[in-house]
This record gives sequence, structure tokens and C-alpha cells, in this order.
Amino acid sequence: METIWFSLVAAMLAVYVVLDGFDLGAGVVHLFVARSDAQRRAVLASIGPVWDGNEVWLLASGGTLYFAFPALYASSFSGFYLPLMIVLWLLILRGIAIEFRNHVRSLVWQPLWDTVFAGSSGLLAVFFGAALGNVVRGVPLDRSGEFFLPLWTDFRAGKESGILDWYTLLVAAAAFLALTVHGALWVALKTEGEVQQRARRAAQRFWWALAASVVVVTVCSFRIQPHLSESFAAHPWGYVFPLAALAGLIGMRMRAGRREGLEAFLCSCLFLIGMLTSVAFGLYPYVLPSNGDPAFSMTVTSAAAAPYGLRVGLMWFIPGMLLTTSYFVYTYRSFAGKVR
Amino acid sequence: MEGMDALTLHRLHFAFTITFHYLFPQLTMGLALLILILKTMALRTGNEHYAQAARFWAKIFAINFAMGVVTGIPMEFQFGTNWARFSKTAGGVIGQTLAMEGVFSFFLESSFLGVFLFGEKRLGPKAHWFAAFLVFAGSWLSGFFIIATNAWMQHPTGYQMAPNGDIQLASFWGLLGNPWLFWQYLHNMIGAVVTGSFVMASVGAFYLLTQRNEDFGRTFVRLGVIAGTISTALMLFPTGDGQGKNIAFHQPVTLAAMEGLFETENGAPLALIGQPDIEQRRLDNPITIPRALSFLTYQRWRAEVKGLDAFPPDRWPDNIPLLYYSYHIMVGLGTMFVALMALAALSLWRGKLYRSGPLLWLLMLMAPFPYIATTAGWITAEVGRQPWLIYGLMRTPVGVSPHVSAGNALFTLLGFMGIYTILAILFLFLVYREIDEGPAHPAAATV
Repeated sequence: METIWFSLVAAMLAVYVVLDGFDLGAGVVHLFVARSDAQRRAVLASIGPVWDGNEVWLLASGGTLYFAFPALYASSFSGFYLPLMIVLWLLILRGIAIEFRNHVRSLVWQPLWDTVFAGSSGLLAVFFGAALGNVVRGVPLDRSGEFFLPLWTDFRAGKESGILDWYTLLVAAAAFLALTVHGALWVALKTEGEVQQRARRAAQRFWWALAASVVVVTVCSFRIQPHLSESFAAHPWGYVFPLAALAGLIGMRMRAGRREGLEAFLCSCLFLIGMLTSVAFGLYPYVLPSNGDPAFSMTVTSAAAAPYGLRVGLMWFIPGMLLTTSYFVYTYRSFAGKVR
Repeated sequence: MEGMDALTLHRLHFAFTITFHYLFPQLTMGLALLILILKTMALRTGNEHYAQAARFWAKIFAINFAMGVVTGIPMEFQFGTNWARFSKTAGGVIGQTLAMEGVFSFFLESSFLGVFLFGEKRLGPKAHWFAAFLVFAGSWLSGFFIIATNAWMQHPTGYQMAPNGDIQLASFWGLLGNPWLFWQYLHNMIGAVVTGSFVMASVGAFYLLTQRNEDFGRTFVRLGVIAGTISTALMLFPTGDGQGKNIAFHQPVTLAAMEGLFETENGAPLALIGQPDIEQRRLDNPITIPRALSFLTYQRWRAEVKGLDAFPPDRWPDNIPLLYYSYHIMVGLGTMFVALMALAALSLWRGKLYRSGPLLWLLMLMAPFPYIATTAGWITAEVGRQPWLIYGLMRTPVGVSPHVSAGNALFTLLGFMGIYTILAILFLFLVYREIDEGPAHPAAATV
């Protein structure tokens, strides 16, 4: 039962990254691929009707994590206190930038919110990457399963490091590049003309940096977190996840011209899902490894809520998710095609 | 700043962010119903006037909704960031309702708000009405799950204690069928309708007094006053009465503190005005109605109502004056709302309201007060629950995050204060612009 919920929460987070990932990426690239007000409106219109729903996946994942793994929710949210609060501020700024930009027409209003939108989107990608890096590296859990990390200390990726060290910054950079390419592919898919061409070029240029960072991050991750290799050695079928990521990464490049870029965008989705599921598979049964005493590492069983609640949860979760899927299919279909 | 320890700061942190947040959902939920009514009138009469009125309010709804979303996300996180021990201990129960809110209402609202705002032309009137209905249903469902969470903290049901001290879910229907939930939900949701009605009537009165958009002004005043008359009355009875009985039966010490009743009495008086003096254990400068509290609580003039003296002081709410004042502000304002709306409804019925200067002035100026009453009501509920985080099960100091220092908590509290100040200015600026442009503005038709 714990494993089912572990997979469900991981899947929800992966959906969040894929969906809100293109909103964030669109935010990162829009200052450069869209120069005029009309072009920027087109980029915003490509995410306007969906970004809020996409972001709900983060909230719903948080809520699901809360009830299925209360100990993990409590420990990680209080331990990552400062970066989470900064993430919240960035989410606030990004939300109002998207919603309020088009309410006033003025030569100072639009540039202000465009910059806020780009800056907050980029920083969010960086923070989400750093968070993932922290979970892979492990945190200094104590006997009661709690910890507190400062933002940074000596950047050494050792027991004394903060949230940001060389390794988590590396993951952050890779996440930033991955979402930038993802967002550029989305913009290319939804727009036409100059914006589309610039977005395609951006995706291609950033692709090389992304590919390089993925190689470096993968090598470093296996060195920093030995449990990853143990997982893959014990269950070789798990290689399907990194292989999917690799296929997606290559596909983004190879299928760039097909069907207006739809195939490249879907490959980028596959890449993100492959990377995240690889991490989840590699860490299992740990949900939050300790970088000190391994006995303090938090596992799916030690973090899970009582069995009755998990069973009952499944009863409403499955119909709830079916409903949600139908809403998303409906909204994405009704806003399908190019932005006009 | 002596006394600003970590616990105080964590409490202020939650209090500040939730108070600011709830300024927006109350209008979201109230307006969702009123917009649905406008859409229904448009559908039934085929009159474009109502469709245009709905479009105007949809624009204000969208700004308000965005504020509710961005200030709501921190709430979901703060249980974990600032109240980690509480979350770890009780997450198996209250995480359940919070996760259901995300899955059943946020997805619904966010998906169909876009459809509602951008899809009127493409959908046609009936499907667009349905989109408005789904936005309404999503927001009211969201309210349900949040109130279910709070009701459990006020009066825990459907749980069991694990050997390690964790509180586990034992009965799903026990959690959702909490007797506290019924009245609290209705009282809260009708409160949202009161806010929506006053805001709508206020904008309508503003148009009539400034002699702009007068046809819309009349519609807004009429709908605002009718919905306001019904909702303010329902706030007092039966929902306010029911909620009061919840407190009387399940939190009698809170009732005593709210009413400023220091001594147990047969035929207890109802204090209208007075200042609680905790040191002397008495109410200074009281103006009371004899025996009214006994009657309101037990329907008997001579019934015994327990005063604070019947309970050990370590079970008393830790800020009795704040509790007493917020409760009295809520009830005082609520009573004035009933009177004003009844007067306005009478004038409307006699066909005089649209030309009645004093009443229109009052309606225009009253818009902020439902927000004050709602906030005071929530302070009553939350301060009244003290010293408990989960009533009878977990005291507030136990639930805090042990490793988040006072310095870090103050840092983020100041950060939120700064950002929310900017948000408040932006909100008022943008909403005023929409009101100033008015429903007849051509941009309204193209959204």
C-alpha cells in the first residue's frame, strides 16, 4: 500500500513538472523569443487558460504527500523552510505577473510584469532542481526524523552543506536547462512566424547544454548517492526509466521538424518523466535519505500514514483522478491548436 | 522585542497569512453564487443586460480569484513548514481532507474558470452557464473541505491514537460527518454570500450615486439587497445559533470567555458592551441583557451557564480579551447588517431605494464591513480553540516546527507582509479600474 502511494505521489509530481514545466520554460524564454507586445501576448495566451490548472498539480501533490506520508511532509517542509518560502514568494509573483499583465496598457506596466514573469519562472526552475538535488543527496536527519538546512554553507556536498552546494547547484542548472528547452518547444508548438522560429532555435541551442548537463549530473548522482546503483543492480528492469529519458532526449533533437514540433515536445515530456521516474526508482524504498547515519533515512514504510487511511484514500483518489483527467483532456482540447 | 519567541512568531505567521488569504475566497465564493444567479437570469429572460452584468462581475471575480490562488498556496505549505509536529502527528487525518480539496475542487475550479472566462462565444449560453455552475461548485466544495479540516481541529472525530502518539484516521465518514462541520460550513458559506451581496450592492450604489451605468446600478443594488437580506438573516438564525450551540456543548469554556462570563450563573446575562479584566476576573463597564445568555443557549431563562470559574485556568483560551472583542464585533456588525438590509429591502419593495440617497450612501460605504465581520468571526473560532491546536488532544506549543528558529520565522513573516502589502495595493488599483470602466465598457464584451 505504501508503495502504491509512493508511485502515485511520484507520478503526480512528474505530471506537475511536465505540465507546469512548460509554463515555467515559456516564462524563461519569452523575453527573448517574443519581442513585441503582440508576440508576448501570444506566448502568454499559449499558457493563459492552463497554467493555473497545471500549478494545481503541485498543490494536489503536496496534499497527497501530506496525508499519505505525513512524517515526510512534516520533516521535509520544515527542513527546507527557507527555500520553500522563497518558492512560495516566487509562485505569488509569477501568478500575479501572468494574471495582471494585460489589465493595464502602459509602457511601464507590461515590461515590469514581463520581467517579473521571466525572473520568477527561471528561479522557480532553479529551486525545483535544487530541491530534487537535495532529496537525492540526502539531508542530515536526526533521530526523530527531523532536520533544518540553511540555504548554503561551504558548497561542499558533505554533511555540513546547506541546501545549495556544488551538486545541488548542478542539478538546479540541469533542471533550468531542461525546463527552458521544454518551454521553448511548447512555445514553438503553439505559435507561428518569428516567435516560432526563435523558439525553435532556442530549443536547439539549449539542447546541447542540456545534453551535457544531463551526462554530468547522472555521473555525479551515482557518486553522491550510492543507493542509486544498488537499486538498478538489484532490479535491472528499472533501466527502462533512464532509457526512456535517453530516448526522449535524443528524440527532442531528431524529431524537431515533425508535425509542427508536436513530436519534439512529446519527447521532451518523455525525457522529464523518464528522469523523474529514474530518480524515484533509484531512491526507493527511501523517500528522504540521510546523509549522516543511514539508519535515520526515511523510507516509504517509516513515513507512511496508517493503513486504514491509505486504503480509504484510494477509494476517493481514483475517481477523483479520473474526473481530473477528463477536465484536462477537455480544456486542452478546447484550447488546442495555434494561439490566435 | 521581548516575548517574540518562535512560538509567537509561528502563530502570527499563520494568523497573518490566513487572515489576508481569506479576504479573497469569501468574495470568490459569494460572487460565484451571484454570478450564477445573473447567468440564470440571462438564460431565462434572454436579456443581454444580465449577460453583460455577469461578464462585468466575472472580470472582478478573475482578479479576486487570482489573489485567492496566490495567497492560498502558502497555506497548504505552512502546515508542514511552520507546524511540522502537528502535521506529522495528525497528517493522516487532516491531510485527507486537504488532499481531497486539491483533487476534487482545485482541479475543477481552475479548469473551468479558464473555460468560463475565455469561452463564452464558443460555448453558447447553456454550456457557458454550466461552466459558471462548475466554478461555483468547485469553490463551494473547496470551502467544504477546508471547513471539514478546521471542524476536525475544533472537535476531533473519527480518529484513533496510535501507540507512538500519532493520530490516525479510524472512520472516514466520522471525519466528514463531524457534527461540528454542518453549522460551521453553512455559517461560513452564507457569510461569503453576505460579503458578495454587500460588494455587489456597494458597486451598484456607487453607480447610482455617480449617475453612471445606472441600469446596471439598479440591477446590482437589487440583487445585492435581496441576496443580502436573505443571507444576513440566515447568518443570525439558524446558522449563527447552530454554531453558538456547537461551542456551548463542545467548548463551554470558550463560550464563557467569548461572553465575558467569569462566574457560573443561573440565568446568565448577555453582555453587549464591556471590557474583560482578567486580573480582577470581571467585566468592566458592562451593559447586559439579564438572563438572555441562558435563554439563547438553552432556551430557558434560568438555565445554568458555566462561567470561567468552572474551568481550570490552564484550559482557558490564552487571549480572552481578543476573543471577547472579536466575537462582539462579529455579532454587533452582523446585527447592523440585518437591520440595514431589511431597511433597504423594504425601500426596494416600495420602489424608493434607487432614489434614496442616505440608504445608497450607506450601502456604498458598508462594503468593507462584512470583511471585518468575517475576519472577527474566524478570530473568534481560532482564538476560541486555544490553548488547543486540536481541541482536547494537542496543545498549540506542541505542534510547532522545532527546528525553525524565531529568526527564520520572523524573516519569512516580514517577507509575506511586504509582498502582501504590494498585492493589496495592486488588487485595489485593478478592481477600482474595472469598476471605473464599468459594465458598459466595450472591452467587457470581448473578454
